[in-house]
Amino acid sequence: MTLVDPRRDPAAAAPVPNGFGPMLRKEDGRFVRGRGRFVDDIDLPGMLHGAVLRSPYAHARIVSIDTGGALAHPKVRAVITGADLERRGMAWLPTLSHDVAAVLATDKVRYQGQEIAFVVAEDRYSARDALALIDVEYEPLAPVVDARRALDPDAPLVRDEVPGRADNHVFDWEAGDAAATDAAFAAAEHVSTCDLLYPRVHPAPLETCGIVAALDPVTDRLVVHCTTQAPHAHRTLYATLTGIPEHRIRIVAPDIGGGFGNKVALYPGYLCAVYAATITGAPVKWTEDRSENLMSTSFARDYHMHGEIAATKDGRITGLRVRVLADHGAFNGTSQPSKFPAGFFHIFTGSYAIQAAHCRVTGVYTNKAPGGVAYACSFRITEASYLVERMVDVLAFDLGLDPAQVRRKNLLRPEQFPYRCATGWVYDSGDYPRALEQALEMAEYAELRAEQAQRRAEYERTGEGALLGIGLSTFTEAVGAGPKKQMDIGGLGMADAAELSVHPDGTAELRLSCMSQGQGHETTFAQIIAHELGISPYAVNVVQGDTDRTPFGLGTYGSRSTPVSGAAAATAARRVRERAKLVAAAMLEISPADLEWEAGRWQVRGDPAAGASLAEIARAAHGSLELPDDLEGQLSGRCVYNPPNLTFPFGAYVCVVEVDPGTGQVRVRRFVAVDDCGVRINPTVVEGQIHGGLADGIGMALMEVLAFDTDGNHLGASFMDYLLPTALECPSWELGQTVTPSPHHPLGAKGIGESATVGAPAAVVNAVLDAIGVRHADMPLTPAQVWSAMRGRPLRTDLAVR
Amino acid sequence: MEITVTVNGRTRTRDVEPRLLLVHLLRDELRLTGTHWGCDTSNCGACAVWLDGVPVKSCTVLAVMADGHEIRTVEGLEGPHGLDQIQISFVQCHGLQCGFCTPGMLMTARWLLDRVPDPTDEQIREAISGQTCRCTGYENIVRAIRHAAAAERDAAERGAR
Repeated sequence: MTLVDPRRDPAAAAPVPNGFGPMLRKEDGRFVRGRGRFVDDIDLPGMLHGAVLRSPYAHARIVSIDTGGALAHPKVRAVITGADLERRGMAWLPTLSHDVAAVLATDKVRYQGQEIAFVVAEDRYSARDALALIDVEYEPLAPVVDARRALDPDAPLVRDEVPGRADNHVFDWEAGDAAATDAAFAAAEHVSTCDLLYPRVHPAPLETCGIVAALDPVTDRLVVHCTTQAPHAHRTLYATLTGIPEHRIRIVAPDIGGGFGNKVALYPGYLCAVYAATITGAPVKWTEDRSENLMSTSFARDYHMHGEIAATKDGRITGLRVRVLADHGAFNGTSQPSKFPAGFFHIFTGSYAIQAAHCRVTGVYTNKAPGGVAYACSFRITEASYLVERMVDVLAFDLGLDPAQVRRKNLLRPEQFPYRCATGWVYDSGDYPRALEQALEMAEYAELRAEQAQRRAEYERTGEGALLGIGLSTFTEAVGAGPKKQMDIGGLGMADAAELSVHPDGTAELRLSCMSQGQGHETTFAQIIAHELGISPYAVNVVQGDTDRTPFGLGTYGSRSTPVSGAAAATAARRVRERAKLVAAAMLEISPADLEWEAGRWQVRGDPAAGASLAEIARAAHGSLELPDDLEGQLSGRCVYNPPNLTFPFGAYVCVVEVDPGTGQVRVRRFVAVDDCGVRINPTVVEGQIHGGLADGIGMALMEVLAFDTDGNHLGASFMDYLLPTALECPSWELGQTVTPSPHHPLGAKGIGESATVGAPAAVVNAVLDAIGVRHADMPLTPAQVWSAMRGRPLRTDLAVR
Repeated sequence: MEITVTVNGRTRTRDVEPRLLLVHLLRDELRLTGTHWGCDTSNCGACAVWLDGVPVKSCTVLAVMADGHEIRTVEGLEGPHGLDQIQISFVQCHGLQCGFCTPGMLMTARWLLDRVPDPTDEQIREAISGQTCRCTGYENIVRAIRHAAAAERDAAERGAR
């Protein structure tokens, strides 16, 4: 046992469980020293720098591009245009959603910020300088900015390059039983309807997207360092797009400064850097700036929803119907399971026993950036959860009922699990009423309602004082995609692999296909192996993010690391344990049937002193011990885990806000979050994940929006315009938990990465509207929006007022 | 033009373009990549460093403005006897996830604690309000700063006895 100096390695010096439990993170030592290694930190010999010329117009025909001025710049090595890529068949790339997207525009630009040319220069600043030396002549066209007008007969055509295309329609898709739902509505005692916008927002990880692409002249391999959440999927995509076979491509994701879905897609800048590396023979780095990140990379949401909820007069929900207009931007570039054009939106019945439900989703093209599935959204469950949680509150408002009572009346009961919902999902496990009651108790709900009444009476008497609002959200998540028979990304089944090798000294290496962007995989996955093998997490080295060193898998998004890769890791460890048993039997010259596993060793049943520790077994497995013929030497195991079903985390949130009726300013006073993500591997890490998602919820509900003016100008292209919550907007979170294990996950774990982002926005919005007594107003509830809503004129938040 | 800057106690001389940003001097010229760049507009604070003992956002400071001045970055926090208490507390309180905002947060937190040894939560939140974290919801950053303050007060009391 080596002594650990707490001043040098505080995490290792703290208590470390041989398995699950609170544990400080193994990865933190490098980050607090400023020794993380992010893509932009990489500096290769002879490296060149790329910069992207982008369209100032939302919609314009390109008449000509003159790169002569840029090429004459003394430090410029190359200028790439769409015409160059076209010659190599690389001007358009297939998206993951049955469409194509321009890499560099050839015919016209379709959104402001779209890529037109790529300059390669000897340094960052020169590359930027040269952008100004490229002359592009545009012929501006009328843009499609408002998704609600995209299907008008006279709407400009976004995708006129597609032969025969006459409109901006992308897809129609539906789920649920339309006839049964219509019947439920026809028979309903009461129907409430509401139009809700979940505006376009952006994941905005603090580190923007970037790449360093290099061709190794010796091995003739393409080596890509990139901010990717899915290194293996990217390798397959690069192979498809460039024609370089996969074995000659190595993708390395180093430390990633946050992803939230923003770093799943393959962006034009990446392909340009790869192409530039091939033509210059030098490594090429491209790091986008913040405006580029906000204007051109995967946005999130942009769902225009019309909800209808049918109920009895006492608030029992009998039907839910929703029509969605989905703004997909100029290309259908959502990164989601390919058979799910609206993601998992059809989980919109949420946590409630609703017999009849139907949704119809129509996707449209507009002159905005592509994307749509990002920002911790669990493939559109964020939109679905917001829809149903808002509709339940609208119903309560219309019927004059307490939103908590309406939820109590309609929540699924524990005995109904496994539960098949109206659109066909099978929820694995849950105890929703328990979570709700716990949250209400923590929040002291009755006392809050009394305070609210008192404050409102005070305000009505004096016109002074803040109004109090209480908002609930009882959401259900669906994560861990997914059974590969139903779910694939670009044709790749959504299974993930893990490989575990135990070294001769009993320490281990775990190789994973998923990739942390801050979730703490190096710690959590070491704990999974520690739990299964009875060794210290510090005896496990976790390898991720390098396609040369890890097995194939689809990566980290949709909260799928623990549900999928975690299951793969646990299963691989169990296979190692079984193999160790056979080795131990050979060592001890005893039948394997007489051995039992106990805290990291196989020992003889009834004679615990006789046995062998994992380290002893590992040494023997690598040594000269005679093993049975059917037993390979060494000690390793692997698993490709194809999930039998999704996992269904859930939670009950209570948000308490104070609203200044004079200014519309909202202050979040308290936020109580009771989450159930099944078994918690590292509770500290789980709570950290929840904290981050709750802040996202406040951001989306109160501050964040990507709005556009009528010319298609992007109005949120910097952090001065796209407002993110700071420490001042966030309260101190109050967390509670229940634990309902997943019955089909080897560890009983469900995943937690996105629960809070899914569940929190509705709680905040419900609280603000509850405070001001308004039935509905769209996010973000900025002071201007709250003030207008109080006067009966809520704003349309996605378009600039002219 | 030629500039001389003292970075983490070491004197460094470079010939730079007048327009070079301090963050790029540190990252690209001096290879101190612990200071990150996140937004261009002084909003996110990932690039926060000390200029003559005061936190500044190095994406909005020209390198030439640092000529003849002292810069301290995250790489300058660790001393010969180990990590600074604020670094230890960030680890102990799970005050970081992706680690991208962390260097800037650490520099601001260290500055705060040097002036206000026993800050309230409000003072802590105010101090880091010019910086963005997308992972932690700030809860554990605030807790880490409070934790460091308590540990340093304890250490000071022990030293006084």
